[in-house]
Amino acid sequence: MVDKPNYKTWRDIPPMPVCWYPSSKGNPTGGWRTFRPVIHMEGCIHCAVCWQSCPDAAIRWVEGSPDVDYDECKGCGICAYECPVKTIEMVLEVKE
Amino acid sequence: MKKVITGNYTASYAAKLCRAEVVPAYPITPQTSIVEKIAEFVSSGEMKAQYIKVESEHTAMAASISASYAGARTFTATSSHGLVLMHEMLHWAAGARTPVVMANVNRALAPPWSVWADHTDSMSQRDTGWIQFYCESNQEVLDTIIMCYKVCEQRDVLLPAMVNMDAFILSHTSEVVDVPSIEQVDAFLPRFEPEWKLDPDRPMSFGSLSPPASFYMEWRYGIQHAMDVAAKRFMEESRAFERHFGRPWGGLVEEYRARDADAVIVAMGTMASTAKEAVDQVRAKGRKVGLVRLKAFRPFPTKELREALGGAKVVGVMDRSHTFGHEGPVFTEVKAALYNAPKRPAMAGFTIGLGGRDILDSTVVGLYERLHDAAERGVTKEVEWIDLKGAEEEVAR
Amino acid sequence: MTAKGGKGEAGAAGGAAKGPKKLPMPEAELMHPGHVGCLGCGACNAMRYALKATGPRTIISVPACCWAVMPGNFPNTCFNIPHINTAFEVTGASLSGIRAALDARGVKDVTVMGWAGDGGTADIGIQALSGMVERGTRAIYVMYDNEAYMNTGIQRSSSTPVGAWTTTTPVGAIRDYKRAPKKNMVEIMVAHGIPYTATASIAWPKDFIEKIQKAMQVQGPSFIHVFTPCPTGWRHPPERTFEVARMATQSRVFPLYEVDHGVYRVKQVKKETPLKEYLAAQGRFRHLTDEEIAGMQVNVDRWWRTLLAREKATKELEPSP
Repeated sequence: MVDKPNYKTWRDIPPMPVCWYPSSKGNPTGGWRTFRPVIHMEGCIHCAVCWQSCPDAAIRWVEGSPDVDYDECKGCGICAYECPVKTIEMVLEVKE
Repeated sequence: MKKVITGNYTASYAAKLCRAEVVPAYPITPQTSIVEKIAEFVSSGEMKAQYIKVESEHTAMAASISASYAGARTFTATSSHGLVLMHEMLHWAAGARTPVVMANVNRALAPPWSVWADHTDSMSQRDTGWIQFYCESNQEVLDTIIMCYKVCEQRDVLLPAMVNMDAFILSHTSEVVDVPSIEQVDAFLPRFEPEWKLDPDRPMSFGSLSPPASFYMEWRYGIQHAMDVAAKRFMEESRAFERHFGRPWGGLVEEYRARDADAVIVAMGTMASTAKEAVDQVRAKGRKVGLVRLKAFRPFPTKELREALGGAKVVGVMDRSHTFGHEGPVFTEVKAALYNAPKRPAMAGFTIGLGGRDILDSTVVGLYERLHDAAERGVTKEVEWIDLKGAEEEVAR
Repeated sequence: MTAKGGKGEAGAAGGAAKGPKKLPMPEAELMHPGHVGCLGCGACNAMRYALKATGPRTIISVPACCWAVMPGNFPNTCFNIPHINTAFEVTGASLSGIRAALDARGVKDVTVMGWAGDGGTADIGIQALSGMVERGTRAIYVMYDNEAYMNTGIQRSSSTPVGAWTTTTPVGAIRDYKRAPKKNMVEIMVAHGIPYTATASIAWPKDFIEKIQKAMQVQGPSFIHVFTPCPTGWRHPPERTFEVARMATQSRVFPLYEVDHGVYRVKQVKKETPLKEYLAAQGRFRHLTDEEIAGMQVNVDRWWRTLLAREKATKELEPSP
């Protein structure tokens, strides 16, 4: 059930509104950001508070370290604020 | 096996025979004995259902919808204010495409308080997307509930259905009912196995937000399409019903001496039964009159009505409800159905029997006389309130 | 400005991973990113934690509220569990229906959870909740409390605290901020004789998860009132969501306690924050005078003392059956 549904007409859709396609694929929200969190890993104590406190589950926990999914991160800044050692910096997004 | 039972108890037996699995129940006169009997069946162990003693009818319908989504065959019952309290959720059940079957005892709306027969409760819900049947006998209540589960649970129907019966006239009146065995019903009605349901093994989200460019309009069309499919299916399953149970269920309309009639009355519910008496009486005096009983109000049987009324010179419609600021809703819809028919008869509407006011055979004989006059002199009173105190002073439309 | 996929600096440092011995909560996510919650939405954290507690054998019922919109538009959803959207006032009814259907089919190992806002619970949904609890439906009802009708644009609910600005209590010349006291849903549940009910906060995630797990064990109804700050409606910067939640409990505006079979247990929180500081952190309280705050302080103190008294009074009692 991970294929993006290809609905075109009333015959294609299920009889009632029902869906399963993950929003992470269908609606990545990284484009909402004004600021992006940058984790300075040299200061990281691997406490996982940032992973825990993200409202979007946009910080993954990869082999014991936090890893920001920039396709999804909205830049709310909670991770930076909650980091006990203040090693996450909120940096203004700039056009590439 | 033949039993002598009230319409209400008939509905309870139907729920039991159909193996309803979840029954949210809230009492309201004159439906209470339906849910009381089901409670008795469940507590005696002869019916295995989850009986939810809800705290209002709105909750009854909400619980029904969620139970149906979680994969259980659901039955409930209500009347009058209970039905109109559920109004929001009736719309929801149809949009959700949950095949809930509900017995509704047609009772008048307040104020003033009235517990007697009147169709305003269910007629005011005609836009909600529910299939609607109006029964003339307790046997029909039983058979129609079985038929509704049979048709509505099919994957290309999936519509909720209400089976209406008149307050006290059917609900509290005992009639002979041929009650099949549960084995007979099991052989006709398969277990409810919906494709789309709440299941941790196949997680899905029901009812997401849908902007204008998305598929809202297509889902609404789907409900209409399902109604069209349902109309066909009821006819197909009617033949299967007759073969299986050995008695007919009939179609979406019932014709009584109508095809060769000059004046035909259209009516729903038990007043149609009274009208048949009147037909015989008037025919005995030499006039060719007939009766067409609308069994299904939704889906509206336009084709069947055009056929049944094709030869009539004048058609009168009895409405046991009234849409204020206009006329009886059945009158409106029958008129509309005949508008594009090859031959359009003259038509008159009779608002009658509100609040349970008795409809006698002599009353209906009087209606045939009005129709006879209308056929000869044209319709002078398009809509008339029958048996209204002070009617002779009224200037009808 | 684009959102480029990639690891940023987080993955740049090589070397041995030094992860915590154990993550502070279950790792599996049952809520996908890509939902349309506001930046810093406290209710999103609450959902994330609750689903970690209940796991995949969960069915969730959500009425009209922020969470009705957050999963996103058709055909996207952020849920990886079966999920149903319902009408506004029916969460309690929906839970009874779902549990009945599961019971009818002999399915016993699924958690049935309702997830409703404060408006949909304390106001329009209170009848259905009361009915569900009185009937003893086995389900967990979570009221996530952002203290107003936030989904419709910040209108007051009975759960809006005294003093708050909302669009329907817009202060103005007559100082028409929310005057009526906040309805205490947990105490209403206690009055129903509910087997288990508790307050919780996203700022104490472990405590919240434990309370959900306790609720999962109850063979009947349970009610969890979780405090979820809303940057949009409370007028605080999104990064301070957890801070605001912490201060709410530290100032005793929102004490953490549970009532387990009639026995009260209050969580003593180490740090104390002055009420004024909690209020100053949120724009919705900006108009309050020192006098008005002093009046609020009296009520906060009084409720805290009452809670401690109830804890003491029920301590020696046998838990209700």
